[in-house]
Amino acid sequence: MRPRLVDPPKFGSPDDYPEGTSFEAGHLTAVNSGWRRVRPEIDGGRCTGCLLCYLHCPDGTIIRNGRTVAVDYDFCKGCGICAKMCKAGAIKMEKEHA
Amino acid sequence: MTREFISGNDALAQGVRLASPKVISAYPITPQTTVVERLSEMVGDGSLDAEFIHVESEHSALSCAIGASAAGVRTFTATSSQGLLYMAECLPYAAGGRFPIVMMNANRSVALPWNIYGDQRDSLLLLDSGWMQAYAQDAQEGLDLALMSYRIAEDPEVSTPFMINLDGFRLTHTYEVVEVPDKESADRFLPPFRPIGSIDFKDPQNIGFSAGPEHNVFFKYKAHRAVLRSRSAIAGSEKAFSDIFGREYTGLIEEYRCEDADHILITLGSASGLCRHAADAARSEGIRAGVLRIRYMRPFPAEEIAAAVSGAKSVSVLEADVSFGGSGAVFSNVGAALFSAGLSMPSSNYIGGLGGRRISQGDVRRIFSDMAAGKTGVRFIGIEEGLQ
Repeated sequence: MRPRLVDPPKFGSPDDYPEGTSFEAGHLTAVNSGWRRVRPEIDGGRCTGCLLCYLHCPDGTIIRNGRTVAVDYDFCKGCGICAKMCKAGAIKMEKEHA
Repeated sequence: MTREFISGNDALAQGVRLASPKVISAYPITPQTTVVERLSEMVGDGSLDAEFIHVESEHSALSCAIGASAAGVRTFTATSSQGLLYMAECLPYAAGGRFPIVMMNANRSVALPWNIYGDQRDSLLLLDSGWMQAYAQDAQEGLDLALMSYRIAEDPEVSTPFMINLDGFRLTHTYEVVEVPDKESADRFLPPFRPIGSIDFKDPQNIGFSAGPEHNVFFKYKAHRAVLRSRSAIAGSEKAFSDIFGREYTGLIEEYRCEDADHILITLGSASGLCRHAADAARSEGIRAGVLRIRYMRPFPAEEIAAAVSGAKSVSVLEADVSFGGSGAVFSNVGAALFSAGLSMPSSNYIGGLGGRRISQGDVRRIFSDMAAGKTGVRFIGIEEGLQ
């Protein structure tokens, strides 16, 4: 399951912040993929739904999408492990748009 | 209340027993060892209801205390010297996480050359770690600080870890008559621990998270503000302590004959009594001497020091610490306080007691003579050669 990407509470002054490092869990407050140079593209026709890419993705950015998969580009770092693992040749690493 | 003839470490352990921590995690190191020995005996014989965790290192000792504090219980650990430096990574963790852990540090020299005797280079090296730091001058103050530290550290406005420093051997292993309060009075003084955020399955929290460049500074600001705010918790704690136990403490500093003094010597820890005697002797020789004891290095009593010395002709700092190529850490803090207050009287820094070397009353009387003669700069007691 994709973590919630939420707008953080409005933080303007010190008192908006929690006292100490303890706060409601489950927040991803910012996309984290800015340095990606290549991106995995899924060929839904070739994908067998084996989920090897899902199991090996180090960042948990492969999402189940019906009988195939999709990529969460907000968090995919473009490492290419999914393409290496895919036995069906369904994932190609394409150049990221400038 | 009982009166007992016990060592500084025994007194400290009695204070911790009266505070009833639920988790004690520690690794033994001279001259801290007998503190945790006493506490483990108390846990063993049932006089203290706590989990005593024998860890494999000081790094683990504080990590364990952080975990226990995050779980919402009162915690204690103790260390010294190399052990404190080995756990150094965890100190800002505890401070940034705002875990109100109390730690006793037996002030001891740091290697090399290897040395087990007392000086203050260990704790002063970690002055910037975010912890409050208090320095006791005798065994009774050690016990009393053990009780007061929890009340201060756990104040919701503060919620910051607290380091109690006792000079190695001079305080930790010296026997004195100490008043040990009864448990009922201690319980009246110290309310139960109510953490500001802890592991709770009904209210899940992300504990010890990261914060990027945009947000990080706010946590540092709040941690800084919390230590500044501890001033009122310290004052409130000392007032309540005096009401219940009858012993009075004087806040961040303690003055001795400073009101009309021309030359004020600032120091901390067990050397203070010696300095007061030397000040009396200097006055009998016509030098109007005073002594200012720093009780807390964090929060730092900048305004209090400046106010106390504002009428003096010269100020000196005696400390068992030196930052090679600079000065003692206490002197640099005092210097900044005087500068900020617009004070510019001649000042000097005496480095004494390193590696446990004895400071005599004659040494301190010479400091007062040097001050009266207008000497300034950083000087090592016992080494005549001047430093440029």
